[in-house]
Amino acid sequence: MSDAALEPGPNKRQYASLGGSLVNRGTIALAALAALAFFFLGVRFFYGIGAVTNINNGYTWGIWVVWDVVIATGFACGGYAMAMLVYILNRGEFHPLVRPALTASAFGYTLGGFSVLVDLGRYWNFWHILSPSYFNLGSVMFEVAVCISLYIVVLWIEFFPTFLDYFGLSGWRKALERVLFIFIGLGVLLPSMHQSSLGSLLIVMGFQIHPLWQTPLLPALFLLTAICLGFAVVIFEATLAAVGFDRDLREELPMLSQIGKAIAYVLTAYLALRFVDLAWRGQLGRLFDSGWRSVMFWIEMGLFAYPLTVLWRDAQRKRLSRLFLAAASMMGGAVLYRIDAFLVAYERGPAWNYFPSVPEMLVTIGIIALEVLAYIVFVRIFPILPHHSTSPSE
Amino acid sequence: MTFDRREFLCGGMGAAAGGAACAVLDPSPAEARENLTVPENAAGLLYDSTLCTGCKACQSACKNANTLPMEDTVGGNIWETPLELSSKTFTVIKAYKEGRAELKDQVVDGYAFIKRQCLHCIDPSCVSVCPVQAMRKDPVSGIVTHNPDACIGCRYCVAACPYRVPQFSYDTPFPRITKCQLCKEHLAKGDIPGCAKVCPTGATLFGDYKNLTVEIERRKAMKPGELNKFPRRTLDSGDVQERPAASYIEQVYGEKELGGTQVRYLAGIPFEKFGLPVGMPERSYAADSETLQHKLYAGLLAPIAILAGLVTAAFRSVKHQHEDGGHHE
Repeated sequence: MSDAALEPGPNKRQYASLGGSLVNRGTIALAALAALAFFFLGVRFFYGIGAVTNINNGYTWGIWVVWDVVIATGFACGGYAMAMLVYILNRGEFHPLVRPALTASAFGYTLGGFSVLVDLGRYWNFWHILSPSYFNLGSVMFEVAVCISLYIVVLWIEFFPTFLDYFGLSGWRKALERVLFIFIGLGVLLPSMHQSSLGSLLIVMGFQIHPLWQTPLLPALFLLTAICLGFAVVIFEATLAAVGFDRDLREELPMLSQIGKAIAYVLTAYLALRFVDLAWRGQLGRLFDSGWRSVMFWIEMGLFAYPLTVLWRDAQRKRLSRLFLAAASMMGGAVLYRIDAFLVAYERGPAWNYFPSVPEMLVTIGIIALEVLAYIVFVRIFPILPHHSTSPSE
Repeated sequence: MTFDRREFLCGGMGAAAGGAACAVLDPSPAEARENLTVPENAAGLLYDSTLCTGCKACQSACKNANTLPMEDTVGGNIWETPLELSSKTFTVIKAYKEGRAELKDQVVDGYAFIKRQCLHCIDPSCVSVCPVQAMRKDPVSGIVTHNPDACIGCRYCVAACPYRVPQFSYDTPFPRITKCQLCKEHLAKGDIPGCAKVCPTGATLFGDYKNLTVEIERRKAMKPGELNKFPRRTLDSGDVQERPAASYIEQVYGEKELGGTQVRYLAGIPFEKFGLPVGMPERSYAADSETLQHKLYAGLLAPIAILAGLVTAAFRSVKHQHEDGGHHE
């Protein structure tokens, strides 16, 4: 591929496209799932959100908000976490992992933004968010919407060198590189703002959020889980890409293992903050007296505890299988934390309940499928995955 | 390729998370957003549960005043039967009953009514959370209004309202947020809200917030069982019925709840029996939320300062990694 020539030193080629066929059983299945989602979205746009989902005036935010936006953008924090590591903490040795992470983030956030449009009841007015005469600066939703919109643009700018590499436009690439540091800065600031604000969304709900989750520290807790999620997703995706594309991961494993250690630091800080906060607010009793909400809390803790037992131990962390399970468990804990905070902890009185309908879930599954499909297509066509000096590529 | 703890914690992640935590924990009161206060000439309603007979004339009048469609929950399209507030119903009379349900305004073996509608908060969560100012509080009347032309349908108001008032229509491709706006169009023409206009007992009374406060005090000072005068429609309508005063509980709903509401309730039984939230703080959730946002973002100064630091760090790293051997993007 053309990108080799662009790298300044000899043997400094970092990324390579995978090549290979784009049409196979896997991609066809993913495309079918995505098509099914678009069918139900068609129903939604013709007959209303209620024709597809189970949301109601008690639980007006269902999985199209909580999964497709709140959790999916958390999953898409790989680019954010890696940018922070490589460019803010100046850990250049992790550079080979940046591009795959950015790719997943660009798709994750773009589809998160798409999901917002799907869920908005009056989507044709969406532009009001970006029109100053409508601004409500005190609204957490306003900040989340603006930051996510801007960050989608920033992500694609950060990703753009990959396209320029592919088309061999080295002059353009050098020009972009001169200003890229500005977008890297923005690419760390914007997710820090809106990932914490996803937690702040719940502050105004007051007593409606159970005290195990309602706290003024929600923004800090959401930010810390976003960082953990970002790193965990990098490990998760690298492993799946290795298995799925039959790649040798030995060159990346030491890096992934170190990222695992980064998770251990941030996750420990998060858990400490969470328990200190519960004690500070005098809510420790709720850990045991709140029925199924207490149970959900402890399931979260179990999912967070497993990665800690692996990631704090050097020997464990260096085994790919353990590292992968730790990352997956970390992701499960963070997902459950967000589901719990938005849905399980949300108390609207005995008249209301919510569980997603099958078509509603199929839309969410289809959007995930579309994301995976886009990732596969991109890594096969563009130079994204780390180049292995030992293995022949394409 | 290893991390040492100090380096890690001193890095950007620590800074970002620490910044958020510090801002949240910062106790400086100067930055706190206080509760909003009630406008000088605010309008309001007083609903006196002890006067309500549950006739639901207000429900019917509300439908006429707002040209709302019928809501049929039992089938047959014969009766108007809303069970809750909905996109078709801005006010609904709900009943409490217990045991033999024989004694009006008694908890045991008793029954009582409550009128659900928008309470027109003095410091409304829905106005605070709306990203596009579709929900607004009228600066003169204090009425919480909704402008569908601005609304994007994010439903944050639906999710945030502690009284579960704003309603969204899920069964149409062109949905709206709906709720009571205290018949603002009718008020502009010198009329009064539909519900107060038709209430046969004066249970729903329209008036200035301040005058209604005086009326609430007058009623609470009444001796239970003693004959008293109760105005209908408005305080000065001259249309008065005389009847024995009921025994009111101490709490006036909407007096203090989250900074108070312009629609207030008097009742003979505790408000939690009606399924209303009780025990809420006097400080509004809107004030909590906006204080937090303000502290985190301090008029965008904090983000700009952090951005400057991040851009500087990124610039150094890119340069450093470039010199190191082409590790750059």
